[in-house]
Amino acid sequence: MKTLLLTALLLASTPALADRIYVSNEKDNTITVLDGQSYNILATVPTGQRPRAILLSVDGKSLYICASDSDEIQVMDLATLKITGTLPSGPDPERFDTSPDGKFLYVANENDNKVSVVDVAAGKIVAETPVGIEPEGMAVSPDGKTVVDTTETTSMAHFIDTETHKVVANVLVDSRPRVAAWSPDGAQVWVSSEVGGAVNVIDATTHKILKKITFDVPGLTTGKAQPVDIKLTKDGATAFIALGPANRVAVVDAKTFAIQDYILVGQRVWNMGFSPDQKRLMTANGVSNDITIIDVATKKPVKSVPVGRSPWGVVVGP
Amino acid sequence: MGRIRALSVLALPLLFTTTVAAAQSSTPAPTANAIEIAYIGIKSDRTLPLSYLDQPPADEGIQGARLALADNNTTGQFLNQSFHLSEAMAVDAAVAVDAFKARVAAGDKLFVVDLPAPVLLQLADLPEAKDVTILDATSEDDALRAEGCRRNVLHSSPSRAMLADALMQYMMIKKWSRIALIVGGDPADKLYADAVRNAARKFRIKIVQEIPWTFDPGSRRTDTGHYAVEAEVARITQGLSDYDLLVVADEGDNFGDELGYRTTLPRPVAGTQGLVPSAWARPFEQWGATQLQSRFLKAANRWMTDKDYGAWLAVRAVGEAAARGQTTDPAKIGAFMRSKDFDLAGFKGTKLTFRDWDGQLREPILLADARSLVSVSPQPGFLHQVSELDTLGVDRPETKCHMP
Repeated sequence: MKTLLLTALLLASTPALADRIYVSNEKDNTITVLDGQSYNILATVPTGQRPRAILLSVDGKSLYICASDSDEIQVMDLATLKITGTLPSGPDPERFDTSPDGKFLYVANENDNKVSVVDVAAGKIVAETPVGIEPEGMAVSPDGKTVVDTTETTSMAHFIDTETHKVVANVLVDSRPRVAAWSPDGAQVWVSSEVGGAVNVIDATTHKILKKITFDVPGLTTGKAQPVDIKLTKDGATAFIALGPANRVAVVDAKTFAIQDYILVGQRVWNMGFSPDQKRLMTANGVSNDITIIDVATKKPVKSVPVGRSPWGVVVGP
Repeated sequence: MGRIRALSVLALPLLFTTTVAAAQSSTPAPTANAIEIAYIGIKSDRTLPLSYLDQPPADEGIQGARLALADNNTTGQFLNQSFHLSEAMAVDAAVAVDAFKARVAAGDKLFVVDLPAPVLLQLADLPEAKDVTILDATSEDDALRAEGCRRNVLHSSPSRAMLADALMQYMMIKKWSRIALIVGGDPADKLYADAVRNAARKFRIKIVQEIPWTFDPGSRRTDTGHYAVEAEVARITQGLSDYDLLVVADEGDNFGDELGYRTTLPRPVAGTQGLVPSAWARPFEQWGATQLQSRFLKAANRWMTDKDYGAWLAVRAVGEAAARGQTTDPAKIGAFMRSKDFDLAGFKGTKLTFRDWDGQLREPILLADARSLVSVSPQPGFLHQVSELDTLGVDRPETKCHMP
């Protein structure tokens, strides 16, 4: 590992030539850093306990890591690939999102039935919002005015006003909602329900459910398709939805909600990340311990690369 | 580790000695439109298990119901629904029946019970029980899902048939085809053995020998007690045709933990001890189960047992039906639980629903020993036209439950 770290440092000391892929390995307590073109592993960075959600800072200089069992957010400096600091998170942070200006992080505290608001510059929790049981999915609206949190056992999407930190609407969705994602125009919130096997598309203004998308994967019994991560393209045309133990990513027309394709990836596909140009989509496959790279234009998997144990999240950054 | 179980069948006659009602309520007084759930159990004087470790907790079951109540109320606050749990731990069957009648008279229609099968039937058959829903949280009795089934009863605990099928499916996957079966002397052990026999027939597993356990080592805690036990287990497992797995039926944890490593042929132990099929297990942490384990540990200061899980599921089923059905009317909640729109997330990675032919909750069964989760049934490849979960237990075509 020392050699890898040294290599990484050498690489990092020269201007970045290409994107890099960051993968959190939940069972290894590490972040795997891969070259975005060659997919070679550049470094394996030790983190706190049980790293799950990872997020690029708005300025692109840091990677925030939810170290769930260490009950904190770690900050990895992308220039040195070292953990340079921590932020408070409240207990058991699982997923989080950033305000568009990068000043605040909104964190789901899975064990404590609340959402914590972290002031990044001050390094302090400045507000807490009580929500349902086992908060998980977190998504800030494009205008930064609303944050949506999903609660797994309560089966709701809670809309929280970021000024008042008060819940303004609760939308009951299918069982065990995992991930919330805003459409780029801020008009809709897509929520995946793992056990319910559906994605509910919610009107962000009326809080009514516009569409319930279900998945009928050829050759699989119903119930195997358990949607988790949702990634919408910048143009708002297409949604990619990871289907967990179905080992597939569904491609959905985001206007008609019709399913266009199922892409076979690794086992228990969990979270995903686009390359900055959105030409490729990376999936973290928790059971097969690898990531799959999907070519977005052809909707084909082009490569699988082994990473650490139980890869949970993947983001692409500088 | 043995299963922590009440000797429900045996314990019943022993309990008719005192008649002081222990009905109590440990939760705050109900608010005006709270959804009332009544928990009724019988305090059983549990026989101490063989192992000095893992003594049966006195508050098994009810702690699961309490946690689910808190869960329901957390969700309920966003839906303007509140739930209230009354708890009656009776000293015997008569007191349990009285407690039930009192709650029905007070207007309750949703019951979660931890009762031996005969008492459960006594309640279900009362004229005043006609319009209530009784959620059986702890009984694994197969007869309650067959000729003893009732329209007003649902089961959140798996049946013995489901447990035995889960184990036999795992044997099929491992290509293990022969078992020896050791059966204890308690009536519950005979029922467990019946379920194992049925499951073995269903999955074409050969039972090379059935061995009744009659040995009473008495002084096993004397300094040399282990010699006697080892000699006895070696003796009764001598000369058997070869087998792959020693299956034990000992629901009271009286001897099953003393079989492993002592058999003549070196064979693993499964059933009520060893590799145990059950609804819940301490080492289980998949599908977010870590969350439930840690919440329970925090609330009850001990590990969750399968009885706690059964009670948690039962009270959560009420909460889920109220939330999804958008109703606080107990009759509508009862109807919603039985409808096609109902499903429950139970940290098993799949929807849990009630079978309409016998009121049994479909659920995956864990196979675990004391320290590790070994597998989860249904096993891959056991297909079913409706739900793979229906490969466990008694399916619609075979059911002996014919509700009028």
